[in-house]
Amino acid sequence: MAKDVNQALAREFGLSADEYARVLDIMGRTPSLTELGIFSVMWSEHCSYKSSRVWLKTLPTTAPWVIHGPGENAGVVDIGEGLAAIFKMESHNHPSFIEPYQGAATGVGGILRDVFTMGARPIANLNALRFGDPKLPRTKRIVDGVVRGIGGYGNCVGVPTVGGEINFHPAYNGNPLVNAMTVGIAARDKIFLSAAAGIGNPVVYVGSKTGRDGIHGATMASAEFGKDSEEKRPTVQVGDPFTEKLLIEACLELMATDAIVAIQDMGAAGLTSSSVEMAGKGGVGIELDLDAVPQRETHMTAYEMMLSESQERMLIVVKPERREMAQAIFEKWDLDFAVIGHLTDTGRIVVKHNGTVEADIPLDPLAEQAPLYHRPIAETPKRPSLGPVVDTAGLGAALETLIACPDLASRSWVWDQYDSTVGGQTVKRPGASDAAIVKLEGRARALALTTDCTPRYVLADPEAGGAQAVAEAWRNITATGARPLAITDNMNFANPEKPEIMGQFAAAIRGMAAACVALDFPVVSGNVSLYNETEGRPILPTPAIGGLGVLEDAAQAVGVALTPGLDLVLVGSTAGWLGQSLWLREIAGREDGPPPPVDLAAERFNGDFVRGQILQGHVRACHDCSDGGLLVAIAEMTMAGTAGARLLPGPAGVAPHAFWFGEDQGRYILAVPDAAAVLQAAAFAGVPAIRLGESNAGDLTLPDGTTMSVAALRSANERFFRAWMDEPGQA
Amino acid sequence: MKAAIVVFPGINRDRDMAIALEKCSGRTPRMVWHKETDLEGVDLVVIPGGFSYGDYLRCGAMAAQSPVMGAIRAHAARGGHILGVCNGFQILTEAGLLPGALLRNANLRFLSMDCHLRVERADTDFTSRYQTGAVFRSPMAHGDGNYFADDATLERLEGENHVAFRYVTLTGEPTASANRNGSARNIAGIYSANLRILGLMPHPEDLVDPLMGGTDGKPLFDGISAALSDTLAA
Repeated sequence: MAKDVNQALAREFGLSADEYARVLDIMGRTPSLTELGIFSVMWSEHCSYKSSRVWLKTLPTTAPWVIHGPGENAGVVDIGEGLAAIFKMESHNHPSFIEPYQGAATGVGGILRDVFTMGARPIANLNALRFGDPKLPRTKRIVDGVVRGIGGYGNCVGVPTVGGEINFHPAYNGNPLVNAMTVGIAARDKIFLSAAAGIGNPVVYVGSKTGRDGIHGATMASAEFGKDSEEKRPTVQVGDPFTEKLLIEACLELMATDAIVAIQDMGAAGLTSSSVEMAGKGGVGIELDLDAVPQRETHMTAYEMMLSESQERMLIVVKPERREMAQAIFEKWDLDFAVIGHLTDTGRIVVKHNGTVEADIPLDPLAEQAPLYHRPIAETPKRPSLGPVVDTAGLGAALETLIACPDLASRSWVWDQYDSTVGGQTVKRPGASDAAIVKLEGRARALALTTDCTPRYVLADPEAGGAQAVAEAWRNITATGARPLAITDNMNFANPEKPEIMGQFAAAIRGMAAACVALDFPVVSGNVSLYNETEGRPILPTPAIGGLGVLEDAAQAVGVALTPGLDLVLVGSTAGWLGQSLWLREIAGREDGPPPPVDLAAERFNGDFVRGQILQGHVRACHDCSDGGLLVAIAEMTMAGTAGARLLPGPAGVAPHAFWFGEDQGRYILAVPDAAAVLQAAAFAGVPAIRLGESNAGDLTLPDGTTMSVAALRSANERFFRAWMDEPGQA
Repeated sequence: MKAAIVVFPGINRDRDMAIALEKCSGRTPRMVWHKETDLEGVDLVVIPGGFSYGDYLRCGAMAAQSPVMGAIRAHAARGGHILGVCNGFQILTEAGLLPGALLRNANLRFLSMDCHLRVERADTDFTSRYQTGAVFRSPMAHGDGNYFADDATLERLEGENHVAFRYVTLTGEPTASANRNGSARNIAGIYSANLRILGLMPHPEDLVDPLMGGTDGKPLFDGISAALSDTLAA
């Protein structure tokens, strides 16, 4: 590693000429290789948010129930009874493309650590996945690896995977998205933060040993992919969920004592970012002696140790008088525990190895002079309206095609590989309700959890699409009866140096912010993943939203499964919006038009009405209308349940295919014993609602008389994944 | 009934099991760390599910060598009751307390779903609250649940009526499609010769509360609680 440090090497490390000049200015000399490594990862897009920060600041982040918003390891909200929910979503896109199993597995591991490092026991995992064209063999390999990786890690650590979403689109061919979300629970007065304090306090390393894996992972996550991406495989980390499980238990055991001053997981940029952030936030200096770092390989250099992204490691500042007790806990769990440094009053990070100072950097300038870019933006042009689209398929055939297409096909092949019941608190498993319901152990209270985004809407109109993603998360929580509290966001976009991409980002943030304000649904944590493009082909802009809501009594939660003998009521208004609908793409073969507008006032009004009806006990099942529209939603309710349905003709003035397959927003289907009472309440509240038909013990009968057996629908719905993955000879 | 739940590193259904046992027996089970060696006074030893030692080497193989196993063997030798679920079943076979082995699922994938189990005999301390031939629903979640034993062992299990549960359809048929993990003769659980050790792959402990979708698993815990409470009273 005897490389000369110069501008060319800085460029190789991802620093621009300007950024390298700034490094020289801060240091007043040529930095050492280790110092250059530290600057390059701390100033990478992944760690510094240099392109996105100016826009992220515009998101609403406060509400009376928000305890900690963005800036901590995860967001923290008050969920009542003295408890807090701690949650965040994070991407592991680039590693998952290079090595799907380990990329996805370590994505789950990383987000778990962000949550339990704050003192929470993780109670649920979710994910948001985007893959390329299913016809490509590579897509199949990536889907298989990612699903195995998520399951392999989550199942082993014993945190149930309760929800998620999957889309397919050729725009993700060379750049799949793997976003993982963890939700944990802590006492609201026992939240652990990362700001270091107490000059002289020991800095303790716990967890796995450090190896050479993942070096420069954060830099990799901050660049476009080219043809040589496969060669980057060595930078993908390897996960060990068994050690993570031990680390969770050991950390929670230590957190029950008063030993911890500050704690931070070693995520992207490992020891570098954890030590720099802890000392920086606390306004202190830190000195590390790398000789004490537990090492898995021999002859590691300071540069390698500081940049390693070996998994399952944490950095803790402990009270000196509690050090022995803390050590005993980690030894009980057979985990490494090593004092690797102490806090100083110098305001610098000093790294020693073999008696030599390998790095000595002032912390304030490293943070404060980090690059911040106001990148040029080009607004996405508005799409021309669609004009009339004739129906050539008919309702029944279109429904059958839609429920069998990759974007709407049953995901049970995927869920069946995730342990969704471990913990014994899963009230609604994947597919049973619009948001997963997980009860809090020993209490009636439950959380409602969902992940949502409709990337094709965001591409067509980033502002409307951004608003829609937030609104759909809010709607999915509402449809269970829960009260939506807050979101985490995972902003997956392409190269921010291109004005049209930065324009997508800025507009999506605008739309999200408007929805967050209108729905009292602030952003409390998040992650940005840029440069998601391969060989110049950008992904669809994908601001994935992870939503969290609370239900005071888990017994009040409703799911989507339909039972016989109920009236079906549609809440919300239907113009028959076909622009960017799945019907348009799958039946008419067109991906155009503007996406459905999101009327945030109506969204709020309709949702509050629906939640009220559920909590008053008037609703047996509820499902929101999203991808595929009304008829797909009803078919999903029949397939999840034990009933068929007979549907009435839609209102005059809207073409049947537009009424049944349009993707107008802010709508819910309620299955109720007494439609008259609900319609009356809706009229009284000024909420649009109509009766759609009733459920029965037989088939699904469409308004045009077409009859389809629910068993046949289910079989069509199940076919895609099982045929693709389990039958030989498939691509 | 005094129950003890043995916790090996990597076990993750210990809390689920504690909740089920407490709900059905009214007593909080004792949590026993794998480095402990004393199970004195315990009526029922439970080895719950999870990934002891990460399932590295082979599921249950390392746990079977753990310090606590001496005490568990002694408990078995005294004629004590033992319940091993999922990883617990794997550990019991690795320890030689139950015959056979659990191989990778036939489709080489983790399987997490509800299954239906047929109660092969209702005259044991574990199943007295079910009827013989009754079918009940249970979640399952495992990567290595494919029960295997040589023909002689299988014949003996069948002949001595030591098969506890089989994977069946809703109507009780032991079909190939009901046998998702590929187990020999659809076997989901087996007894020791004295009927006091039960190992099974599915997780009845996760179905003891109507809120979680049903109480099909509750009779198992009610049954063993009642059986061992009687022992204690007598």
